[in-house]
Amino acid sequence: MTPIRLKLVTIIAEHVLREHLTADLRKLGARGYSLGEVEGEGTRGVHAQDWQGKNIRVETLVSAEVAERILAHLAASYFHDYALVAYAHDVEVVRSGKFA
Amino acid sequence: MTTADLLRANLLSPIALSFALGMGARAVRSEFSLPKDIYLGLSIFLLWALGLQGGAELREASLTAIAWPALATLGLGVATPISAYLVVRKVGRFSAADAAAIAAHYGSVSAVTYIAATTFAKSQGMEPEGFMPTLLTLLEAPGIQVALLIGVVQAGGHGRPLREVLHEVFTGRTMVLLVGGLLVGFIMGHENWAVIEPFYNTKGAVFRGALCLFMLEMGVVAAARLGDLRKVGGFLLGFGLGMPLVHGALGAWVGTLAGLSVGGATVLAAMAASASYIAAPPAVRLTLPEANPTFYLTSALVITFPFNLLVGIPIYFRLASWFGGTP
Repeated sequence: MTPIRLKLVTIIAEHVLREHLTADLRKLGARGYSLGEVEGEGTRGVHAQDWQGKNIRVETLVSAEVAERILAHLAASYFHDYALVAYAHDVEVVRSGKFA
Repeated sequence: MTTADLLRANLLSPIALSFALGMGARAVRSEFSLPKDIYLGLSIFLLWALGLQGGAELREASLTAIAWPALATLGLGVATPISAYLVVRKVGRFSAADAAAIAAHYGSVSAVTYIAATTFAKSQGMEPEGFMPTLLTLLEAPGIQVALLIGVVQAGGHGRPLREVLHEVFTGRTMVLLVGGLLVGFIMGHENWAVIEPFYNTKGAVFRGALCLFMLEMGVVAAARLGDLRKVGGFLLGFGLGMPLVHGALGAWVGTLAGLSVGGATVLAAMAASASYIAAPPAVRLTLPEANPTFYLTSALVITFPFNLLVGIPIYFRLASWFGGTP
């Protein structure tokens, strides 16, 4: 079981974008994702729903090429108007068959 | 009862006191707050009960009795977002997107304000019509739609397509529970309703007790946002207090003209005066992303909601009594 090198893309965004983001990930080539609610503070003020739902953190394991596509798409579509940060790091993944 | 007596009676109601305690708890930085899931569960119970009882009582109403009030309600649903938009845009000189975002909140309804107004009218011996929940659902959606349309046209909104957002407004929690409840309550008939009534009756102990719990959390939530008052400026503060009075007076007048009782006109006035903070924020956030959430959330939730709850409702009751000729 040799691990392969993939990108772990993490997106932290306001709750209201949930459906939108997960649909985008699928469209851009991610095979799956994990999603959880998180708390925190940032440079933006009130979030539209922050008393009904917390922020979400979406994580997905993808190839470097897909990761780049995702980050570019996020920057173009959301950075201007929404509270959202995204980052990618290199990770070693076992069970590589699910992702390659 | 004088207006002062009405105000006092309202302030000493369990609903208002629970809300005040929630605010107080937050003010002294208590760690108290209702767990999210319980809060959500309570809101589901309240809306579902409203829908069911409304449906059961709708069976007893004649079509002629409900036709004019329904038309009046739709008229209010179109008029209130337009008036709110014009005031914020022309007088407050806010951007088109911000003005439309705020208008969407003031065009729609706060279900909690509706419940509080119903409870208050009943406590004054002025039973509102049984079909009021139907009017609530009629007013819920158009206000948001009209304002979002204005926003998309005026500000050239670059958020999600309006069609998608409208789908969300119509399939949201409030609409499903209210409209679904109306249907189920209507279909099940009197005998079945009688069995579950003790649990769901909106005059009953269970419903009012649950509402008090819910109000505790609303107080905490509103108080948590108090600091944002400094960010929104004097205009929105005045708007958040003045607009409900204008819309409330309009609602009481139109409701009386449409043939509603004093209780019914009070509730319609409170609905027109209220600003949504459950259905409207996500819809607005997605359609008009460039609008600043601090403006619309603070005015709807921190200014207008407590104002209506504590002061507005007795005033609308007084106005409705006056229009209805029972001073």
